[in-house]
Amino acid sequence: MASTDRNAERLKELRTKHGRSDASLPERPAEPAKDLRQAQPRFRGLEAGHRACQGCGEALAARLVTEAAGPDVMISNATGCLEVFTTPWPQSAWRVPWIHSLFENAAAVASGMEAALKAQGKSTKVLAFGGDGGTFDIGFQALSGMLEREHNVLYVCFDNEAYMNTGIQRSGSTPHAARTTTSPPGKARMGKRHLKKDLLSIISAHHIPYGASTSVAYPADIRRKVRRAMEIQGPTFLLVHSPCPLGWGHDGARTIEIARLAVQSGLFPLVEMERGEVTDVMPIRKPVPVAEYLKVQQRFRHLFAPDDPRALQEREHLQALADYNIEIYGLYAEEADPLDTEGADTVRRGGLAN
Amino acid sequence: MMEIRIHGRGGQGNVVAAYLLASAAFEDGRYCQAFPAFGAERRGAPVVAFVRVSGKPILQRNEVKAPSFMIIQDETLLHEKGLTDGLKPDGGILINSSLDPAEISRRHGIEMIAIPATQMAIEHVGRPVPNVALLSAFLEMTGLLTHGALKKALEERFSGHVLDNNLRLAHQAAKAVGKDLWKEKADAASA
Amino acid sequence: MRQALEGSLAVAKAVALCRPGVVAAYPITPQTHIVENISKLVADGDLETELVSVESEFSAASVVLGAAAAGSRAYTASSSQGIMLMAEVLFNIAGLRIPMVLTCANRAVGAPLNIWNDQTDSMAVRDSGWIQLYCADNQEAVDSLIQAYRISERTEIPVMVCMDGFILTHTLEVIDIPDQGQVDAYLPEFRFQRRLDPSDPISLGALVTPEHFSEVKHSQHMAMFKALPEIVEADKDFEAQFGRCCGGLLTEHGDEEATVAILTLGSIYGTLRAAMDAHKPRKKVKLIHLRCFRPFPEAALLAALDGVKDLIVVERALSPGLGGIVGTEIKAVLSTARKPPHVHNVAVGLGGRDVPLDILPRLLEALKDGTATEFSIFDADLSKLPEEDR
Repeated sequence: MASTDRNAERLKELRTKHGRSDASLPERPAEPAKDLRQAQPRFRGLEAGHRACQGCGEALAARLVTEAAGPDVMISNATGCLEVFTTPWPQSAWRVPWIHSLFENAAAVASGMEAALKAQGKSTKVLAFGGDGGTFDIGFQALSGMLEREHNVLYVCFDNEAYMNTGIQRSGSTPHAARTTTSPPGKARMGKRHLKKDLLSIISAHHIPYGASTSVAYPADIRRKVRRAMEIQGPTFLLVHSPCPLGWGHDGARTIEIARLAVQSGLFPLVEMERGEVTDVMPIRKPVPVAEYLKVQQRFRHLFAPDDPRALQEREHLQALADYNIEIYGLYAEEADPLDTEGADTVRRGGLAN
Repeated sequence: MMEIRIHGRGGQGNVVAAYLLASAAFEDGRYCQAFPAFGAERRGAPVVAFVRVSGKPILQRNEVKAPSFMIIQDETLLHEKGLTDGLKPDGGILINSSLDPAEISRRHGIEMIAIPATQMAIEHVGRPVPNVALLSAFLEMTGLLTHGALKKALEERFSGHVLDNNLRLAHQAAKAVGKDLWKEKADAASA
Repeated sequence: MRQALEGSLAVAKAVALCRPGVVAAYPITPQTHIVENISKLVADGDLETELVSVESEFSAASVVLGAAAAGSRAYTASSSQGIMLMAEVLFNIAGLRIPMVLTCANRAVGAPLNIWNDQTDSMAVRDSGWIQLYCADNQEAVDSLIQAYRISERTEIPVMVCMDGFILTHTLEVIDIPDQGQVDAYLPEFRFQRRLDPSDPISLGALVTPEHFSEVKHSQHMAMFKALPEIVEADKDFEAQFGRCCGGLLTEHGDEEATVAILTLGSIYGTLRAAMDAHKPRKKVKLIHLRCFRPFPEAALLAALDGVKDLIVVERALSPGLGGIVGTEIKAVLSTARKPPHVHNVAVGLGGRDVPLDILPRLLEALKDGTATEFSIFDADLSKLPEEDR
C-alpha cells in the first residue's frame, strides 16, 4: 500500500474513532498543483521587521496564524509582547486591520467588532490574539463571555507560560515548579507551587464548535487548525504553545526544538475538541522523558540541583503529569501515523496531508 | 399645581399607579410628573410614589412632602408612624380597605375614604392589584381628570382582556364613591 | 411627538432614532430601564441593532469600542460601580479617539452601598478624555443624546450624557420624542475615517513611547477645546431643526444684573428654578446650569459671571479630603479672572438625599451669615454622628 493511502486510511480511522461528524476525507485534486509554490500560503499578515527577541516563539506563531487566516480578517490584540513588538508608534508590522485596546478585553473588543460586521452584513473574520496572561488570567471573563454569546471569532492564545512582557512573572499557565520572578525557587519553595491551568478543558466546557491546542514546532498543524477554525461560523479557540527564550532561559536558536520536546514528552498535548468532546490528538510514538525537556531550560534548572531531594521529587511530579496527559488523551501510538509528532514538523511543500 | 402621594407595598403596582395618574393628566392636556422613592425593590416592602399635575411645566424634582391627596394601597401601612404626615389641612386620604370609612377613620384618628379595592381587583382582574380601582375612585371624587383620560392611559399600558378587565374595574370602583365629593378640595389645591 | 414617558424609555427611544449598529450594556440600577427598554424595542422589531448582552460593564465598554472601531455607531449606558468598572476602557476609548455615546445614569459610588443619585461616578472619570454633558431634565437627556452622536462623530471624541439616576431615569413626564425623518436630517450616517477595514488595513492602539506621548496628549487636549464650538453648533442646529435647545455650554436663568449666582449640574437646576418662583429672593439672583463640564467652558462661564460678586457652586459630588469637585475647578478657572466672584461651594443631595425647595433660601441665608464660606455637605445632619466624627 502506498504510504499516502495508508495515511488517508489512518486519518479516516482516527476521525471515525473520535466521532468527528465529517468522517469522510476532504477531496483532494487528482493531480498535484502544477506550481507547488502557488499552493503555499503567500499572504503575510505579520510582516518582518518587528522588534521581537531572537527566536521568539510568539512572533513565529502569530505569523503562521495570520498567514493561514489570510487577508480578510481583522485582529483584536491584547496588551502583551505581541502588541508591543509589532506596533512601536509610528511603525506597524501588521498588514491586516489591527486594534489593541487593553490587556483584559481582547475578546470583548473582538465581540464588538464581530457585532459591527454582522450589523454591516460583512463576512470578514475577526481574530483575537492574547498571551497566556491575557487569556488564562485577567482576560478570562471577557473570553468566557465571548464564547457563551457565540461570537464568530477565532481566539488565539499564544502561550509562553508567564507574564513575559512585564519581565517573567508567574501566570495561571506557568507549569508547576517553573521559576519565574514571582515564583523563585529557594530554601522554602521549588518554583511555582500550583499546576498549569487546564484552560482547553475549560474552554471546551463552553461547548464551542472547535477548540484546539497546537505548537509553534508544528507549522503544518497550526495551519490546518487555523483553517479549520476559519471555516466555522461561531466561536473557536486555539492555544499555541510558544517558547520564550528570555523567560524560559534557552538559546533563541532552540525555540522549535524545545517546543517539540514539550509535545513529545506529553507535557503539552496537542488535542482538538468539538462541542466539549476530544475529537483528535497528535499521537506520540516514542515519548521523550520529561527531564529531556526540562534540562534545556533555565527556568527548571533548580530541578537538577544535585544534592536537593526536592528536585528529584518535582521532576517525578512533572513526569507524572506528562504520563497522565498521555494516558487520558490516548497520545501513545505504536505505529506510524500521519498526525504523528515524529516527522510532523518536517517541512514539506504544500504542507501536511489535510 | 396639585401634588399627590401614593403609598403601597412592593408588588401592588405603586409606581404604575403614579405613572397612570400622570399619563392620564397628560391625556387631559396637563403637565405631569410621576416618580418613585424607591427603597430596595422587594415585594412587600413599603414604597412611595409621587405625582404632580399642573397647567404649567413642572420644574422641581423634590419629593412631595405636603401632598393635597394621599392614596394608600395597603391599610397595614398605617401602622407606620407618620405615614400621613405632611398632608395639607384641607387634603384627602383615599385608602384601600374593606372596613367602613367611619370605622377606619375612627381607628386611625384621621378622616379617610375607603374602598375595598383589592376585592374589586380580584373580582374583575383576578389579581390583588388595587391601583386602578383607587385611581378611578380618586378621579370620581375629585374630578381632577376625566375618566376618559384614565381610559387612554390604561390603553397605553394594557391591551386585550387585561385592558377590558381593568376598564370594568375602573367603572365599578367609580360607583363605590360619591361623585365630586372632593371637588372643592381639588379645585382649591389646583388653584 | 409629545408623550408622557418615563425618562429611561424616552432615552431608549432616542437611542433607536440614532440608528446604532451595535448596543452593548450590562444591567445596573438605575440604568437598567434604559437597557430593558432597548431590549424590548429590539425584541419588538422596532430597533434593528446588534444587541450584545455582555457579562460585565467592562466588556460592555470594550464591545462598543470594538464595534465603533469596526465602523458601526455604538451605544452603551451604565451607572456608578459600572462606570468604575468601565473606567479603564473609558480612558482607552477617548485615547484612541473613537466616537461613541454613553448615557451615565448618575448614582453614588459605594461603599457604603447606595443605589440612589449623586454624580460621584461621572465626576470620577472626568479626566478620561470624554466630553461630559449634564442634563437638567429628561427632554435634555433625549436631545443631548441625539446631539452627542453628532458632536462625537465630528470631533472623534466620545460623549458621556449624564442624567441623574431615579430623579430623571425613573420619572415620567411630558417629553417630545422627535420623529425619525427629522433625526435623520440632523444626524448623518456613521462614518469613522480610521475604521478597521481589510481593504485598507491600519493599526489602532500602538505603543507610544515618551518620544511621542506628550504630543499625542497635546493633540487630545486641543481637540477637547476645539469641541467647544462643535457643542454649541450642534445645539444651535438642533434648535433650527427641532425648535428647542439645551443651552449650548451652559444655561442662565434669572436676573441679568444679578450679584449672586448659583451654579449647578443636572436636575437640581429645575428644583432651584421652582424655588426662585416660590421664594422670590430679595437679592438679585441668577441660576447657571453647567451643561458642558468637559471640555470646561471657561470663556462662557466667565461671561456668565460678569458682574457677579458671589457664586455658590452646588454640586452632587464630593472629593473627600478636598471638598467639591466642580467648585474647586471653578475656583481654579476664576483665579486668573480680572474681577472674580467669591466662590462658595457646597455638596447637596448625596446618595439620593432629597433636595427640597427651601434649599434656595437656606443657601442665601448661609451666604449672608458667612457659613457658606467653607465647603460643606450642606444638608448633612451632624447630630446623627458621634461627637468625634463631626
